[in-house]
This record gives sequence, C-alpha cells and structure tokens, in this order.
Amino acid sequence: MKNWLNPRSTVGIALIAVALIALPFVVGAAGQAWVRILNFAILYVFLALGLNIVVGFAGLLDLGYIAFYAVGAYTWALLASPHFGLHFPVWAILPIGAVLACFFGVLLGSPTLKLRGDYLAIVTLGFGEIVRIFMNNLNSPVNITNGPQGITLIDPVRFGDFSFTGTSQILGLTLGGPQKYYFLLVALAILVIVINVRLQHSRIGRAWQAIREDEIAAKAVGINTRNVKLLAFAMGASFGGIAGGIFAAMQGFVSPESFSLIESIMVLAMVVLGGMGHIPGVILGAVLLTFLPEALRYAVTPVQMALFGKILIDPESLRMLIFGLALVLVMRFKPAGLWPSPERSRELGDKVAEGAK
Amino acid sequence: MQAKLSVVALSVAAAFALSACGEKEAPAPVAAPAAPAEKPVVVVKLGHVAPMTGPQAHLGKDNESGAVLAVEELNAQGLEIGGAKVKFELVSEDDQADPKQGTIVAQKLVDAKVNGVVGHLNSGTTIPASKLYADAGLPQVSPSATNPKYTQQGFATAFRVMANDVQQGKVLGEFAVKQGVKTVAIIDDRTAYGQGLADEFRKAAEAAGLKVVANEYTNDKATDFKAILTKIKSTKAELVFYGGMDAQGGPLVKQMKDLGIKAKFLGGDGVCTPEFMKLGGPAADGQFCSLPGMPLEQLAKGPEFKSKFTTKFGYEIQLYAPNAYDAVMVLADSMKRADSVEPAKYLPKLRETNLEGVTGKIEFDEFGDLKGGAISVYQYQGGALNYVETLGGAPVAAPAAPAAAPAEEKK
Amino acid sequence: MDIFLQQIINGLVQGSIYALVALGYTMVYGIMGLINFAHGEVVMIGALVSITVTGTLAAAGMPLGLAGLCGLVAAILSCMALGWSLERIAYRPLRGSPRLTPLITAIGMSIVLQNLAMIVWGRNYMTFPPLLPKINFEFAGTHFTLVQVVIVLLSAAMMAGLVFLVYRTKLGMAMRATAQNPAVASLMGVNTNRVIAAAFVVGSALAAVAGVMVGSYYEIAHYQMGFMLGLKAFTAAVLGGIGNLAGAMAGGVLLGIIEALGAGYIGDLTGGFLGSHYQDIFAFVVLIIVLMFKPSGLFGEKTGDRA
Repeated sequence: MKNWLNPRSTVGIALIAVALIALPFVVGAAGQAWVRILNFAILYVFLALGLNIVVGFAGLLDLGYIAFYAVGAYTWALLASPHFGLHFPVWAILPIGAVLACFFGVLLGSPTLKLRGDYLAIVTLGFGEIVRIFMNNLNSPVNITNGPQGITLIDPVRFGDFSFTGTSQILGLTLGGPQKYYFLLVALAILVIVINVRLQHSRIGRAWQAIREDEIAAKAVGINTRNVKLLAFAMGASFGGIAGGIFAAMQGFVSPESFSLIESIMVLAMVVLGGMGHIPGVILGAVLLTFLPEALRYAVTPVQMALFGKILIDPESLRMLIFGLALVLVMRFKPAGLWPSPERSRELGDKVAEGAK
Repeated sequence: MQAKLSVVALSVAAAFALSACGEKEAPAPVAAPAAPAEKPVVVVKLGHVAPMTGPQAHLGKDNESGAVLAVEELNAQGLEIGGAKVKFELVSEDDQADPKQGTIVAQKLVDAKVNGVVGHLNSGTTIPASKLYADAGLPQVSPSATNPKYTQQGFATAFRVMANDVQQGKVLGEFAVKQGVKTVAIIDDRTAYGQGLADEFRKAAEAAGLKVVANEYTNDKATDFKAILTKIKSTKAELVFYGGMDAQGGPLVKQMKDLGIKAKFLGGDGVCTPEFMKLGGPAADGQFCSLPGMPLEQLAKGPEFKSKFTTKFGYEIQLYAPNAYDAVMVLADSMKRADSVEPAKYLPKLRETNLEGVTGKIEFDEFGDLKGGAISVYQYQGGALNYVETLGGAPVAAPAAPAAAPAEEKK
Repeated sequence: MDIFLQQIINGLVQGSIYALVALGYTMVYGIMGLINFAHGEVVMIGALVSITVTGTLAAAGMPLGLAGLCGLVAAILSCMALGWSLERIAYRPLRGSPRLTPLITAIGMSIVLQNLAMIVWGRNYMTFPPLLPKINFEFAGTHFTLVQVVIVLLSAAMMAGLVFLVYRTKLGMAMRATAQNPAVASLMGVNTNRVIAAAFVVGSALAAVAGVMVGSYYEIAHYQMGFMLGLKAFTAAVLGGIGNLAGAMAGGVLLGIIEALGAGYIGDLTGGFLGSHYQDIFAFVVLIIVLMFKPSGLFGEKTGDRA
C-alpha cells in the first residue's frame, strides 16, 4: 500500500504522472466524448473515495451517500447560475458546497450514531430519499431549487478569464473543454487521494478501523466513538459535496433525477467491488464500473445481433444485472473486493475461520 | 468545409450507418477512379439521440424509425445541395434517458462532426445536451422535448417541432372551461413533465376564472392514490387534472371510481395512450386527454405517413415518430434553402422554416418553439380514443415567453 | 368526519399490506439478524407469477376464481422455492462474515431479481385479473370494496397463524432457540440450517400472498413494484420493533395510517407549505424519530449490541 507512495519509487510516480498527462490526449484522439467519460470516471473515483471513508474505514454502511453529492451540486447550481442571478467564483463555491455537505453529514450522523449497521443502512437510505424529495419539491411556495425542472445555464468552472468550457490554447497545445476539466479533476483527485492516505494512517484512521472491527472494544480503549464516527460522516460528505459541485459545473444543468437511490447503490458497488477500505482498490472499482456500461453497450448489442439476429436482452438491464450479480459474487468469493489491502484480506480470512462463533 | 464533410465515392455501398457507434468516419476520401464523370457525393450526417435502452426504449426506437424513414425518403429523392449530390446518414446514439449520458453522446456527435441533430427525446437529457450543441454551433431539433426551458436558454441552435408544456397546459385549461366546470383539483407526479404541465394548466385555469380547490401530488412510481383522492373528494372538485404518465393515470381513475368520485378526469399526452385504457379499465371511459398536434387522420400527409410507417417497420407508430420524421425534414429543408449543409450557413434558414410537415405546419418563433402549436383533445369511449376537437394553433401569435415559470430565467 | 374515516380506512388497508410484507422481514431478521433487502422482490415475483398462471389458465377456459386460486398456489410455491434458494445460494455461505457482507449481498440480489423479472415479464405494467368480485360497500359516507376487507382480514389471519407457528409448534420452538443462540441451539439438537431455511420459506410464502393481494387490489403489477413496498414494509417492521411479529403488524398499520393522514391533512396543517408531495418522507421521518428515542422500535425488546 505504501509502496507506490514511497519516495524510493520515484520512477513509478513519474511513470504514473506521464501516463496521467498523456491519457486525455490519447483518449481524445478517439473523440472528446471519451475524455468526457474519463472525467465521469474520475468524478466517481472522487465519490467512491468519499464513501470509502464512511463504509471502508469506519465500517458504517451509508446508503444515502448521493445526498451529499446532490447538496454540492445544488450549492453550485444556486450560487452560479441565473436562477438567483448569483455568480460566485469557484474558490468560494467549492468550499461552501463542501461545508454545506459536511453540515448535512453531521446532521445525518448525529441522530443515527447509536444505530447498528443495518438500522443505519435503512436510515441513511431514508435520508438520501428525503434530500432528493425536498430538492424535487422546493419550488413552492418559495422557489428555491426550481423543483423537477432543474436548474439550467449553470456557470462552468472559471478562474478569472480562464473558462473550462470551450477550446483554448495552452503552451502551444489545443485543449478541448473536457480535457481541461480532466486536468482539474485529476489535480483534485490527487489531492483527495493524498488526504485519504494520510487520514488512513493517522490516529483518526486507526480509530475508524478500531470502530469498524469492534465498537465496544474501541470505546473501552478510550476512543470517543461518537466524535470519530461523526468525523467520518463529515469527511465523506464533504468529498461528495465537492464532487457534486464539479458535476454541476461540468453538466451546466442539474435536476433531482440525477440523485436517485440507484446512484447511491452504484457508488457503494464501486467501493465494495474494488475493495472496501483499500484506496487503490476503490479507484479501480470506480473506473471499472464507469467504463463497464460503455463497453457493454458496444459489445452487447452487436453480439446479440450476431447470435440471435435480434436484441433479446436490453444492454441497460444487462448492465444492472451484472452489477447485482457482481455484488453477490464478490461478497461470496472475494468479500474484501477485487483488489483488497493485504491486511484486510488476512483479517477477513481469519473472520471466516472463526465464523462459526 | 473539408473537415465538415467527408467526401466518399459513389461506389461506396449505401449501407445504413445506424450502428455508427462513435467509430470514426474515415475522413480520407477513397480514391475514386471508378466514376470520374459523376458528380461528387456529399455525406450529410444527422445525429439522432433518444433512449434506445432502458424503460423508454420503445419510444426511442419509435423516434429513430421516424427519422430513418425521413432519411430514406430524402436519399430516394436524390437531392442536390451546393452543387453536389447529398446522401443523408443517420448517426444514432443512445442517451438512456440519463442526463449524464446525454452530454456524453452529445459530445460524441459533436466529435463526429454531424451536420445537425434530431433529438433528444426527453427534456431531462435535451437541456444539458443543448449547451454542447450550442457551443459547437450545431442545429438541434427535438421531436419530443416539451419542457419550456429548453428553448428559453437563449441558444440559437435549439428548436423543437412539438408544442411545449406551456402551450399544452394552456389549451387544457381552456378546454376545462369549455366543459362548464367551476372547480378543479390538480394532481401531478413531480416529474419535470408532470409538474410543468400541471403548473401551466393551473395558470390557465385560474386565468379563465376556474377555482383550483386542491393541489395534490404523487410520484411516478406510486400505485396508491386513495389518500389524495379522498382529500380531493372532500373538496367536491368537478374535474381532476392529472399531469403525469399512463402507468399512474390508469390506476388513478380506477381508484376515483372506487371512492365514488364523480368528477371528470383530464390529462395530457402522457395519459393519451392505449396503456391508460388498459390500466384504467372501464373507469377510463368518458375521460379526456390531449395530444400535441392534430390527429394524423386529419392531416394532409398523415394517413400516408401512417401507412408508409407500418408497411416499412411492421408495427404501429408509438408516439412521436411523425415528429422525428418532421425534424429530419425540417433540417433537410433548411439545408436546401441555404444551399449548404454547413451548420453555420443553414442555421439562419432553419429559423425561417415554413414547412408543411406530417404533423402540420411548422414555423418557429424567436425562441425556436413551434408557432402556435395546435393541441387536440380526445375522449376515451368503449376502449378507443375518439377525437374531440383541436384547440390552439390558429393564432400565430408567439406565446408570451414569461408565461413559463419565473421570469428571471430570461436574459 | 366521513372523510377522516375514509382516510383511516385507506391507511388501514395500505397498512395491512405493509404489515403482510413486514412479517416476512421480521421473521428472517428475528432469527438470523439479516435484513433481507430482496424480500420486496419476492413479493413482486409472487404477483407476476400469479398473473401469468391465472392469465394462462383463464385463457384456457378455466373459471376465473379457480384460475386465480391456482395462480395463488403457483405464486406461493415458486416464492417458497425462491426464498429457499436465496438462502441456500446467497446467504448461507456468508453466515459468520461481517455484518455488511450479507447486507450488500441482499442489495445485489434485489437488483438481480428486479432485472431478471424485467427480462422475463417486460417493462410494461401488467393488468391483474380481478380475482374477487367487485363489491362496493358504503358505510357512514365512506366507500370500500370487498378486496380491501379481505386484505385486512387476511393479514390479521396471517399474523395469527405466524404467532401460532412460532409459539405453539416444534418448528417455532426451534426458531426461537436459533434466534437466541444458534450455537447452543445446534448443540441441543436443532438443525439450525433447516430452521433458518424454514424461516425463509415461510417468509417467502407470506410474500407471495402479499404479492397476490397487492396485485388484485390495485389490479396492476410491475417489475419495480416490490422495491418501494419492501422499503416501506421494512420501515414498518423496524417501527414496530424488528423481530417482533405483533410489532410488525402494528408498525405496518401505523405506518399506513400515518401516510394516509399525512397526505390528507398536512397541507392544511402547514398552510400549504408541506403537502402530499412529501408523502414518501413521512415513513422515513417517523422511522428516524422512533429510532432516535427507541433504538429497538416501539415494541422491540432490548437486544443489546449483538455482534
């Protein structure tokens, strides 16, 4: 885990850096659309890392995570669009979005701290729905969110005169809008990854781990479980808020239908599939599940046409079917995920052995 | 110019590029020694976007079929634009009715340098995608997105060939007045479509002096409406308006009957379907709904289109296929008038469209909305939809834009 | 007043449906502490199977009543099989793993079942043949139908039957023993695997009955009908104290009535600020409030931190 951040592996880092810089140009050769997909993948990496703090580190199952994403997206939409006539700059909105999402995280966290795993799951799910329903309905009597119609004409990310939409020339290179967003996202993602890694190996990170493994024991050794759990919710939520803000800016349009329960489940699937609590694993999970539908779409239809001469199974339902099956199978055969952390898989191995208890 | 068009030899087989899944069109012209004397052929790529997978796939397929029919007819005509023979090609993309996917496929079409876009089907994907098309200067004609916001964003490239929710809600309000009712209850399903329609209906009904005695809400997955219907019953409303889809509308009229509510039922195009009758059963009888445009039977080119469509595809028109057909025709028509297939050149002409389409006369107002879009009202009788009358459409006056939602949206 | 009474009836019927589904949740949870998220999908499969069977038989000329009965039996049998295989394939191998593991599996199973059902039965809403004669009652200005009466009576009967099963039969005793302590129970000669499987099978049979009732009440069925219903029912079970049969029943009815009254009156109470668009929120808000003050539900025993 530490190896790839170890100064000794400078070569590795350099290689990764070169790959990250070259990626949008390589992919962009096949069309900007692919860069856009790449951007969504990074956005999901973002979200998955945020949820990973709650689910992976602290072991609290959160089924309403998308609510924080929604809070961030709506914060951006309201503060930088003609809806209220406000056009705040990036450096103001993103922190506001993060803080607001963080506030919602605490709001959700505080009444639910006493709850055990499965009660928590259902309450967080309810919370996610509550947030969505409010966003869908707060267009009357006072029009705040514009209801189901959503908010249009949202400002893109802009630093001074430099806008992230449209094509521009930088250092002699022609960069399309999605490519510029790519670099912004990668920069933010690296920041988030560094924060995550630092967190995991800090006192807090170990406290989370202790709570995940045995809450009573954690309490006994003097960990303030309440505060530490709240912190997990708050941290996770703020990442969601930032991701939401970027999403709103990238799309230029938000409406409540982007924040349904299935999105929460999707992000959870990324964390679980990749490897709960293991940062590289979570990244892998997010990237995999973003590209899978694209791949399926191009594979499923032609394959079925070739085999049966007609489309028997809709790619969309097949995609969901594969998601569901993947969740079941991974839990069955690789409960620590596709790319688990070495210690975690060992722990789980022990768990199974003493499972009869 | 060179970049926009890919010039290929005549000898290239006229295969239909429906499955052009973003693979890049080889821009290099195939050296064409075979037919030197022939006129060059210009391939005009039209993007088509609709959900081809997911719950609305049947509607997406329907739109696509309409567009396919139009493209085939255009190719059969052997049009010449700008001194070259043109061959239209449909580049079909799937947005899964998902806003995120909507921008991805929009980007694909921009990358593929299509000459125009027909789509998307849903307002939820049409709006975010319209920004990309506007940035790229690509004309976009949606056959079925009815959210008024789509054309109010100030994009010069956004058009639609269907009456929007404002127009439809207004007409339904007028119709309610004509029915002689005094009090109405309004239910909407809190989707962009249902809420938009119900809001416009409310405005029109109140403007016409009707009293709105109840505003109730449900959602697009609900099956039980008894609680809100009981409340409506207590208000003794004479008419219940529903902004939403057939899957809820059908059970809703049934439960109205169970509760002994005698009020009439009126809904928009979402409940003007055979599905509504199937789900509503006998309770659907005598209820009213509306569809944008005129019934195909009443239009000059309607019956012909209907028979062409069923002969070619072997199934009935679902909903918006005629509009998708017209959307393609509108694009082709303005290219003809501009004598260019280049978006920048034919876009001004698109605004001046004056075409007799399958769905009626097509003219755009300054927003890109259909001028005075007509709406027809139907009544369910004995398991069939019977045409009642057509409202609106006659006055060509552009609908007052601020009528749609808060005015601060306007720039 | 008649409107108030009508809302109570609406809530009672809706609540009985929740209760019927909640019984299945509570049964499985009480014995093995697992939220079977896929339970709502079992309800859905029950409804769809009975539509297909009833429809086919009725089309073949069988009288509707008899065809409906066959449909019900077919639904019960196939759901029992489904419940058994769910337990056998998905949950049993995970016994003893961390709590999150079976929960995620359950979510996965729910997605799988929904999409399988969609592939088999299609996306469209299917109309359910009216199994019971349409008889309308009018009482003190309220309207209700025979189906509604049957639903309320049936769910009460089901609960009574279940209580009998758990407290008066040998299987029930084994179930309670397993719930207390699986290891000790197995030492005392209880085949815990069989007991848990039995709980799943019985719960799924109830789900099938619920599915048929829901279907014939609304006269529609759909591959997504189970999910929200399952969530609400689960909320009801938690509200009543999960693991407690009478609690599930009470929680269900309570939730139904809260929803009906909420949708009916909240608009007037808040001067139009909140309205029936917040109907789906009531369940969750009530749930959060109850859990804040009584973490084990209204009628639940204190379970402590069972690991």
